[in-house]
Order: sequence, then structure tokens, then C-alpha cells
Amino acid sequence: MRWDEEARAARRAWEASAEGAPRRRERFLTPSGIEVQALYTPEELAGDDYLERLGFPGRYPFTRGVHPTMYRGRLWTMRQYAGYATAEESNRRYRFLLERGQTGLSVAFDLPTQIGYDSDHPLARGEVGRVGVAIDTVEDMERLFEGIPLDRVSTSMTINATAATLLALYIAVAERRGIPPEKLSGTVQNDILKEYAARGTYIYPPEPSMRLVTDLMAFCAERVPSWNTVSISGYHIREAGATAVEELAFTLADGIAYVEAATGRGLEVDRFAPRLSFFFNAHMDFFEEIAKFRAARRMWAKIMRERFGARDPRSWMLRFHTQTAGSTLTAQQPENNVVRVTLQALAAVLGGTQSLHTNARDEALALPTEESARLALRTQQIIALESGVADVVDPLGGSYYVEALTDRLESEAWALIEEIDRMGGAVRAVEEGWMQERIRRSAYRYQRAVESGERPVVGVNVYREEGGEAELGGALLEIDPAVEREQVERLRAFKARRDAAAVARAREALERAARDPHANLMPPILEAVRAGATLGEVADTLRTVFGEYSAAREAGL
Amino acid sequence: MEERPIRVLVAKPGLDGHDRGAKVIAQALRDAGMEVIYTGLRQSPAMIAQAALEEDVDVVGLSSLSGAHRTLFPEVLREMRARGLGDVPVVAGGIIPPRDAAELEEAGIARIFPPGTPLEEIVRAVADLARERRLAERG
Repeated sequence: MRWDEEARAARRAWEASAEGAPRRRERFLTPSGIEVQALYTPEELAGDDYLERLGFPGRYPFTRGVHPTMYRGRLWTMRQYAGYATAEESNRRYRFLLERGQTGLSVAFDLPTQIGYDSDHPLARGEVGRVGVAIDTVEDMERLFEGIPLDRVSTSMTINATAATLLALYIAVAERRGIPPEKLSGTVQNDILKEYAARGTYIYPPEPSMRLVTDLMAFCAERVPSWNTVSISGYHIREAGATAVEELAFTLADGIAYVEAATGRGLEVDRFAPRLSFFFNAHMDFFEEIAKFRAARRMWAKIMRERFGARDPRSWMLRFHTQTAGSTLTAQQPENNVVRVTLQALAAVLGGTQSLHTNARDEALALPTEESARLALRTQQIIALESGVADVVDPLGGSYYVEALTDRLESEAWALIEEIDRMGGAVRAVEEGWMQERIRRSAYRYQRAVESGERPVVGVNVYREEGGEAELGGALLEIDPAVEREQVERLRAFKARRDAAAVARAREALERAARDPHANLMPPILEAVRAGATLGEVADTLRTVFGEYSAAREAGL
Repeated sequence: MEERPIRVLVAKPGLDGHDRGAKVIAQALRDAGMEVIYTGLRQSPAMIAQAALEEDVDVVGLSSLSGAHRTLFPEVLREMRARGLGDVPVVAGGIIPPRDAAELEEAGIARIFPPGTPLEEIVRAVADLARERRLAERG
């Protein structure tokens, strides 16, 4: 791009004409605090290094996308996160969405399942089937996927502390149907670091947790080659209040920690790296989000190639799922949420996502009803099929603003990653509460900006209407309290039927493996669930060896 | 005699780990000059009531996003009454649908703050409830 004396003079003339013009605000800031200019020109770009900074889609550094033709060849996977109450109820919702054109499954588990308690555990009271489906046994898992072809649908499971057990249950169900593990494709989130940092469903201390993550990676590299073994998740870090820059930096720093943990155990980087994937948030600032996705791809490519010496181009590629930002949805005037979700989903698509979940309009108050879930899916389909944005690869590439913002997010995120490196890495940053404290401060700053009106939220601090939140009151999804009783009864019946001696033997074998730091825990977990051990029993067996993590009350809070 | 600052217990009952709201509110109350104790995650109703007793607080604030509020909030109230804390006002916030809010207020929760409630409003309500209780105590 030519930028000569003439252009510079023209720019000065424009600046002079813009000087005294009225402006809505003194300074314009992205939510990450990056000050944006009124206008971007070729002058703002980092330099004339197109091949090095942008290149071509499907090629290093993948700034413009991981596939050569992106959505021209195949649209992103429409993967709506769903699950509630019992396995039967969730199964019904999955079929409802698949029949309406959803292309992948994404399973939400309830909190007891996520934290390794069976539905009859005292701490599970009131939580069974609430934010997702309750899975205690292999029979629950069987009911969850009834009539769904496991060798043809890819399944994503939002599960972390108990990821190894849920994957084992999934494999066991496939085996019962005669489907070998090699034919299974999907993802377990299995990102424990962000649980300590932001989401809270940890069980064990960080070290044994990291072992479980890498055991699963090693096992899948051998036995379940099409499985994505870790979905390194910035989503929850962002929901907890982090800025876009922090989401980018902390997610990549967590990714670095997993790669280090795996290579530290002797796994060869190109054996597992192609099966790592990412999960990002699509928040409200349209261009900052697009720039974040583009910067993430470029940074990960560099990390894998230069820092870890990966040779396989598939190891350099950052593939990611995106979910629109639940925390931006408002209980006030909930129909506005459809518009928010549309913009956020569009940013994800323009940012080159491989898979997308669009939130439903009622999620500031409850889980989505069937109707609102359908509208959320239709939002994706309209973007994909009617808007034309999927017809060109990285259509915003070359936008002076988007490129300048991509560069800026990248440089700010590198600075944070260097800070984390100096602390000794992401595991240390989490153990010391450093990430948590930064996230907490950003959340507070954001809330203050909303309170002061500095950050407008339509229906909340501007254009309010009295009684706006009551509109959805009558049409919210309700979980019947009977779900908990039924699930507990089913669990008791299962336990009464099984071979108790076989379960006891399998649990002993698992405990021995847990005490041996060189053993991989996946095979004995798989054996245990085949023998009829419940999810809670597997977790309890590991608790006796690893202990439980308890976050100290944060200093100053 | 100078009155001691208002003391508030902010608590997360149940298994839900989303404590962004709880932390933001804890900070706002602290900025308003109150003493705030945050319990951290995964607290049972009995643990919360016990903490309220030991910390001698004026108000208890509960936060929940998982939908377990209908089971857990009334239990917190029961556990508090069992420890002689029936007069300590309990307020709550989080993902609580309007019809549940009405039910919980009937069960004895002093105030429910729906999503989007301004921090200032929460701070004012907590301060008012604390003062009312202190006045009532003095008879």
C-alpha cells in the first residue's frame, strides 16, 4: 500500500477538519481499555510484511483462517450447548435440535456430575439436573445418546474435573453398540486450569488434576485418535470478568501449560498438539472480538512452531469453538438479547470460528425453553445462509482498523504471557491467585463502567422500561424437583443390580494406579465404569489418593 | 460510642462456581465502608449459618446461578433460625426467575435483587436493613 507525502498531507488536512468537530465522548475505548482512533489508514499498519503477519488461509501463521477456503467448503459446526434434568429429557432436546439442522452435540452436565458426586450425595441436594444433565452410571450415558449415531455425530462434552470418567462412559456406551473408540469423534473440555481461575468445578489439587488431563491426552493419542482431548477455554475466564486481552493471554498461557505438562511426560508434541482445540467467548465489542480471534490464531501458531518446535502444520493451527457471551444478556427487555447474540455470533463467524453456540434470549433468567433454543439456532442459520458473510474467506482481512487492532491485542497479550512466564507459568499464576485477582478487578471495573453509564447497556442503564424483566416470567423452563428423586431411585436400583465384588476390585485397581505416578489412569477408569462403578465412586477413589483442593479465602476479600 | 461498621456475610451456597457477581458486590459493599466476609465456593446452608454466627454479621447476602436457590435458600434460613439468627436479614441475588423471587420472599428472604440491579441500590438496601436491625435490637 502506497503511503506518500501526498497522503500524509491529505491526512493532516483531514485531521484539521476533524479537530473542532463535536464528539460524543472525549475518548473512545474498547472494553479492554484500548483507545481507538476515529479513522484507520495504511499508516497504522505494522509494516509491509503481508506474508509474515497475514499470509494465506490454511497456511502459517493462519491469521486469515485455518482452512484454505473456510466456509465456502463447509460451514462451521452449529453446536448448541444443551442438557438438563434427566438423560431422557436431554436426549429429547438433542433430537429436537438435530432435526432442526444442528450439526453437532454439546452436552451440559449438572454440577454434581461436574464435581464428581453421585446424585444421592448430600452436597448434590438441590443441584441434580439443574444446569445440565445428571450422569451417574453407564446406563444414564446410554439413555442420553439413545438413537443418536455415535460414529457419525461429533459430541462435545463440557466436563473438566471428571472428564476422564465421562469419556470412559462414552467409550463404554459405544462399545456396547459395537462402535470401536477409533470411530468416535468429539471433544472433552478437560481444561482444569480455568476451573481454578474462573469457574470453580475443580476437585483435586492442580498437580494431580494436570496428570488426569495429560493421561487423557496420552490415552487418546493411542486409542481415540479423532478425539479432541483438551478444549482450552477462555470462555469462562471472560464470563468471570476478564477483558478481551486477558481472555486471549490467559487462554494461550493455559495452553502453554498443557503442552509443557504433556511434553514433560515424554509425549512428542506433534503426536498430541493437533488434537488440542480452543473455546472462546464472543462478547459485545464487535471489532475487538474479531481482532481477538485473528490474533489468537497468529499467536498460537508462533507458540507451537517457535516455542515448542512443532513440525506438523496441524500442530500450529488454532481451531476453536465460540459461544456468545452469556454475561451480556439482560433480564430487562429480554428480546434485545436476540440482537446482542446476532452481533456476537457474526463477530465469531467473521473471526473464523470452527463451531458456534448462540445463547438463547431467556438465559439471564433460566435455561432455554425449546422455543428460545430454536430461535438461537435459527440465528446461526440466517447468518450462514442468508447474509453472505460465509462466502468469502476472512472478509475483514485488510481492514485498516481490524488489522491495527489485531496487532494491538497481540502485543498486549504477549506482555501478559511474558508476565505469566516470569511467575513460572499458568499453574503458578493460578495457584497464587494472580489470575483470579486480575479477573476480579476487571469485572469490578466493567460493572462500575456500566453503573456510571460510561458503558451503555440498552434496557439496563439507558432506555429502561419499568417491569421489563417480567415479560418472560411465565415462559421459562422449569426443572421439576421430582427429577432429583427419580434420579436417586434409578441410581439405587443400578447399584443393587450390579456385581459389587467386581466394582470393588476395579476400584482397588484404580487406587493402585493413582498411587503409581507412572501409570496412566484412563485404562483403570474405563475398567471401573465397565464393571459398573458410578461417577461418584471413581471420583471418591481418586479423592482418597489425591485429596481435595480448597481455594483459600482470597486475601483482601 | 462510635458505632462499628456494618458487617455483611456474602455467601455462595451449593456447588455453583460462578462468583463474579458475589465478588463484585463484596467489593461495592466494602467501598461503601462495610466489613465484608466472603465465604468462597461450595458452602452448605449449615456452614453459611455458622459463619454468620461466628462473624456476628448484620446482614447475609446469598448468590446463586445454578437454580438450586429454591432448595438451598430456605435451608439457610432454617439453619440460621436454629442458631438464634432469625432476626438477621438475608438478601439474595443471581439467576432467579421472578416467580421464584416472590416465593423466596414469602419464605423469609428480605430482598431479592434480580439481574441488572444497580450496585448502588444493593448497597443502600443492605445498609438500611442493617440499621433497621440494630435499631430493633436496641428496642
